[in-house]
Amino acid sequence: MSVEKSYAEINEKIKKGMAVVVTAEEIVDVVKEKGIEKAARQVDVVTTGTFGTMCSSGAFLNFGHSRPRIKMNKAYLNGVPAYAGIAAVDAYIGATALPESDPENRVYPGRFLYGGGHVIEDLVAGKRVKLEASGYGTDCYPRRHIETWITLDEINDAILFNPRNAYQNYGVAVNPSERTIYTYMGVLKPRLGNAGYSTSGQLSPLLNDPCYRTIGVGTRIFLGGGSGYVAWHGTQHNPGVPRGENGIPIGGAGTLALVGDLKQMSSEWLRGVSYVGYGASMAVGIGIPIPILDEDILRCCAVTDEEIYAPVVDYSSAYPQRESGDLGTVSYAELRSGTIKIEGKEVPTTPLSSYTKARQIAQILKNRIAEGSFQLSQPVQPLPSPQAGIVMKTLEEKKNKE
Amino acid sequence: MVANKFVLHFSSALVEQPIIYRLVKDYDLIINVLKADINPHKKGYVVLELSGDPENYNSGLEYLKGIGVDVDPLSGTIFWNKDRCLQCGACTSFCPAGALYMTTPQMEVHFDDSKCIICESCLDVCMAGAVEVRF
Ligand code: SF4
Ligand code: SF4
Repeated sequence: MSVEKSYAEINEKIKKGMAVVVTAEEIVDVVKEKGIEKAARQVDVVTTGTFGTMCSSGAFLNFGHSRPRIKMNKAYLNGVPAYAGIAAVDAYIGATALPESDPENRVYPGRFLYGGGHVIEDLVAGKRVKLEASGYGTDCYPRRHIETWITLDEINDAILFNPRNAYQNYGVAVNPSERTIYTYMGVLKPRLGNAGYSTSGQLSPLLNDPCYRTIGVGTRIFLGGGSGYVAWHGTQHNPGVPRGENGIPIGGAGTLALVGDLKQMSSEWLRGVSYVGYGASMAVGIGIPIPILDEDILRCCAVTDEEIYAPVVDYSSAYPQRESGDLGTVSYAELRSGTIKIEGKEVPTTPLSSYTKARQIAQILKNRIAEGSFQLSQPVQPLPSPQAGIVMKTLEEKKNKE
Repeated sequence: MVANKFVLHFSSALVEQPIIYRLVKDYDLIINVLKADINPHKKGYVVLELSGDPENYNSGLEYLKGIGVDVDPLSGTIFWNKDRCLQCGACTSFCPAGALYMTTPQMEVHFDDSKCIICESCLDVCMAGAVEVRF
């Protein structure tokens, strides 16, 4: 008989502290030992995790009103500009924003020591952050300038809203050129000197639910140490890419827009990062529970690094020029072994997202669910599926009225 | 007398040459090898202290550079901040000495400072600012 469980049944078990929860790494052995059907009957939830740099991240902040009031149209946090083109004392601080004084790549390669991701980390760590804002003055908001210090506790709201996180698979970056290049996939040595890769493979959320059967709008998740939700599909969600027989996309595909209360989060799981020659950003910790509603869902969760493939991409010319350049595919098992073979050459691999921290997140989420403090939520709307007909658009240069 | 510490990086072609011997014999330098990893047919490095009179010292360095040895002065020590480390492992594929390394299958990053040759390769690579040189 096939296994069928509902969200309500699973949540009932969680409430009673009786749910069986394992991580996406542990499930592999459970299935090996018990087979799919028995494992699907016994296990209620599989937890996933990922911890890596996610540039499309940031936070909406509401500072509260000063006396007299100001309508901020420029705002800076520790010198880093926040977008203030919304209501009077609301602003959005983006992870990759840089102070205007940053030398950027004028001294190449730049260091990008402090940016929006670092501001968010400092806020979450409870540090005082300098707020400087200016406005043009109106009858209702007469003030034109303010300089003060804020902490996360002292402001009204701080909502982490990340428009694109948790990429479902990602390319492996290499550099066949003659010089070192500095990319968001790390420092890439010349002549295929190393290969940068991201994603936590068999632990990664969307690689365990490849066709989005359970992860959808409204899924409650572990986000930055607290809990948050899937708000929408992420920007550049591209589910229609080629997939293997197991349904797993070979290359970047689905993405998630995530939201959560920054005030509950921790600087252990939101960390400002600086990529030499590229820029500042933020590492985000995400964990997503997958309810085992049937055997098929469990089969997907039992995926291993051997069965997940990523394309090798030339970041010295093909990627920057938006050209396709096929250098083959490699499995995450090969990537994680420390070297891969490209065009007959042994190339050391450079991991950019933390497998250890991903495992830790899956473990924390597992514990929260097992002890009853984290209930699962049923999505209110699915993510656009591989059949949704989404095609990525490109930006073309046009003249007015062309 | 000048004395300084250097890391010499050799290509596989240079490994076979009697470089240290030449430094002693032709340039009359005193050499104190602090650490080395040299295997035939593979590239390698030597950390050493070079001392001698200034003229010989300089021409010895010129000789090394001339035959294609990468000569990096050694200064400071590397400090790994475990709490800042994101445990990504990026640095481990850049570390020529195995001082920053990852365990398998746990994929945990550790630092063994006794192996560090202070080449500073990890500094550019670490996005978390978890490795620093301290003087
Ligand atoms: S400086 Fe960094 S890369 Fe160089 S040996 Fe020491 S730990 Fe390794
Ligand atoms: S690159 Fe930095 S953050 Fe990553 S493992 Fe090495 S020391 Fe840690």
